[in-house]
Amino acid sequence: MIGELRLAGVTRRFGDQAALDGLDLTIRGGEFIALLGPSGCGKTTALNCLAGLLPLSGGEIHLDGDRIDGLPPERRGFGMVFQNYALFPHLSVRRNVAFGLEMAGKPKQERAGKVDEVLDLVGLQPHAGKYPAQLSGGQQQRVAIARAVVMEPPLMLMDEPLSNLDAKLRLEMRTEIRRLHQQLDLTTVYVTHDQEEALSLADRLVLLRDGVVEQVGPPEELYPQPASAYVAGFMGYRNLLEMEVDVGASNGHVSVGAKGVKLRGTDRRDGTGTRVICAIRPEDLHPGEGPNAVEAKVVVVEYRGQEHAVEAVTEQGTALHLLTTDRLVPGDAVTLSADPERVLVFDAEGGGDGDDDV
Amino acid sequence: MATTTSEAAVPISGQTRRSRLAERGVDRTLLLLLPALVLLLAMFAYPFIYGLQLSLRPQEGGGLLANYRNFFSDAYEAGTIWKTLKLAIPATAVNVLASIPIAYFMRGPFRGKRLLTAILVVPVTLGTVLVAEGLLRYLGPRGWFNRTLIELGILSEPLRLVHNYWGVLFSLIITGFPFAFLLILSYMSGIDPTLERAAATLGAGPWQRFRRILLPLLAPGLATTAVLCFVLAFAVFPSASLVGQPSGSTRVLSIAAYHAAFEDYDYSMGSAIAMIMGGVELAVIGLLLFGRSRLYSGPSTGGKG
Repeated sequence: MIGELRLAGVTRRFGDQAALDGLDLTIRGGEFIALLGPSGCGKTTALNCLAGLLPLSGGEIHLDGDRIDGLPPERRGFGMVFQNYALFPHLSVRRNVAFGLEMAGKPKQERAGKVDEVLDLVGLQPHAGKYPAQLSGGQQQRVAIARAVVMEPPLMLMDEPLSNLDAKLRLEMRTEIRRLHQQLDLTTVYVTHDQEEALSLADRLVLLRDGVVEQVGPPEELYPQPASAYVAGFMGYRNLLEMEVDVGASNGHVSVGAKGVKLRGTDRRDGTGTRVICAIRPEDLHPGEGPNAVEAKVVVVEYRGQEHAVEAVTEQGTALHLLTTDRLVPGDAVTLSADPERVLVFDAEGGGDGDDDV
Repeated sequence: MATTTSEAAVPISGQTRRSRLAERGVDRTLLLLLPALVLLLAMFAYPFIYGLQLSLRPQEGGGLLANYRNFFSDAYEAGTIWKTLKLAIPATAVNVLASIPIAYFMRGPFRGKRLLTAILVVPVTLGTVLVAEGLLRYLGPRGWFNRTLIELGILSEPLRLVHNYWGVLFSLIITGFPFAFLLILSYMSGIDPTLERAAATLGAGPWQRFRRILLPLLAPGLATTAVLCFVLAFAVFPSASLVGQPSGSTRVLSIAAYHAAFEDYDYSMGSAIAMIMGGVELAVIGLLLFGRSRLYSGPSTGGKG
């Protein structure tokens, strides 16, 4: 296992556009890192730079003290799982998995043994003789993982590996990937735009925005303590309300308001800006009297099994999303309330200065 | 084409004859095939059968196969088969092999790609006669090519490059290359580029990626391209007479057939030579397609896109 992989100021420009702008990150051996962000945020660029598939425009990558950013992909030896799997269509499952070992010039006996071992690990032994086109999406995904894992790579790179699977299979494979990671102690960098995937898999999340790191930290930190409105948007704060500060902050709280809605929330501003974004999770907004009471009218009710996802609109047109077990129907007038501790107030300009790197 | 999803839903007894036929893909859309079928019969099947029966009725008598016997027993005539192959096979090989590296470096997007493609493809639009004309002037004994080499002192007397085998070969390469290049470029572009990236992350260097991933996936396309190039080159006629030596080293099958039919006025013999030409062509194509059938010919992308 590797000691650490260190990225220092890793930059990649396309033309005069910086897809990735000065990424600093240190990955410890055995760690599972998720690069999270919307499409175009630079997460796949970062992965390709790590793999050696894209040359850097600036910065350095060090693996246990050796500088590796000048090496071509075939000499880095990092395993990679591609979004479209990229299985070799003209080779059987077994030959696909053996490909890397063949390239490394391993003797036939050793190859066969290792391939069998890995095929057992991902449960594909019965399909070893088939061709990729004869497999289902989930099986193809397993082959792609097996093909990378068999090389025992010092670093495993995964590019949205679950995005082509249906919902049920995605959950299964998610558990499978986490299980493999724990079983094999693989150091992994995983790219995704799905915060649920990132939260459930990763030891540490790196949230990217326009090629710059917005926040880095373990899920337990990012989920309850987003550093900015942007991060909050990714961490399930579905209600992001643009507001103005009413009264200056006092003991960590601040009063804000807009369009007839007045709220008191926890102050997360960097300074004393007056234009803010107020972030509330749907599960923290409750029907009934309480602090931060807001009058609204129910517009849409979605059934979610245990609870209902409700969209309500205030008189002046502010849409609010909440989760509740109460049986509401469209047209109902409701009073909504939220604990000021669970209402976060951020700077409107996106907040965080992006220097929370490790 | 037939969908079988409705089969279970509709009871057998309730099926009309039309819907039963539709299940097997027989419906009125098949009528769209009619024009092509008529054309095929009129333009291909009829002339072929007519030529075949003509070739079996020799002008001089002597039995059904007399023409064929005469052709193969006359070394000068039978030699035209070899002369044609000697032109068509190298021309095909050069065109296909030269297209591979050029298409390889041209498959991605880059500035000036359209211009470069246009330049490479231009010979298609010129036609064989214009190319032959150009070759005569450029490669002839007093052409630029020889004059330059003599001026530079590399040659003391001009190389003979036209009115012989080489002139025809050059002309076949110039006119055939655009076909091969365009076909191979499109086959190459159909191969998912992430496959090579995946191979690179698994430790394969540039040559191994080409040899182990790209080439096997390209091979069926190469075989198809070779078939088309061969057919084009095998039927060589204008350049063989214009820049070749039509009574000697480049007396190819088509010239022999023309000679028999329109100079000796022996249509029967001319037809027989045309049949022989078809037979040889078929044998080579069969060989290429047999080779192709033994190659991998499935999809050339690596999973769901």
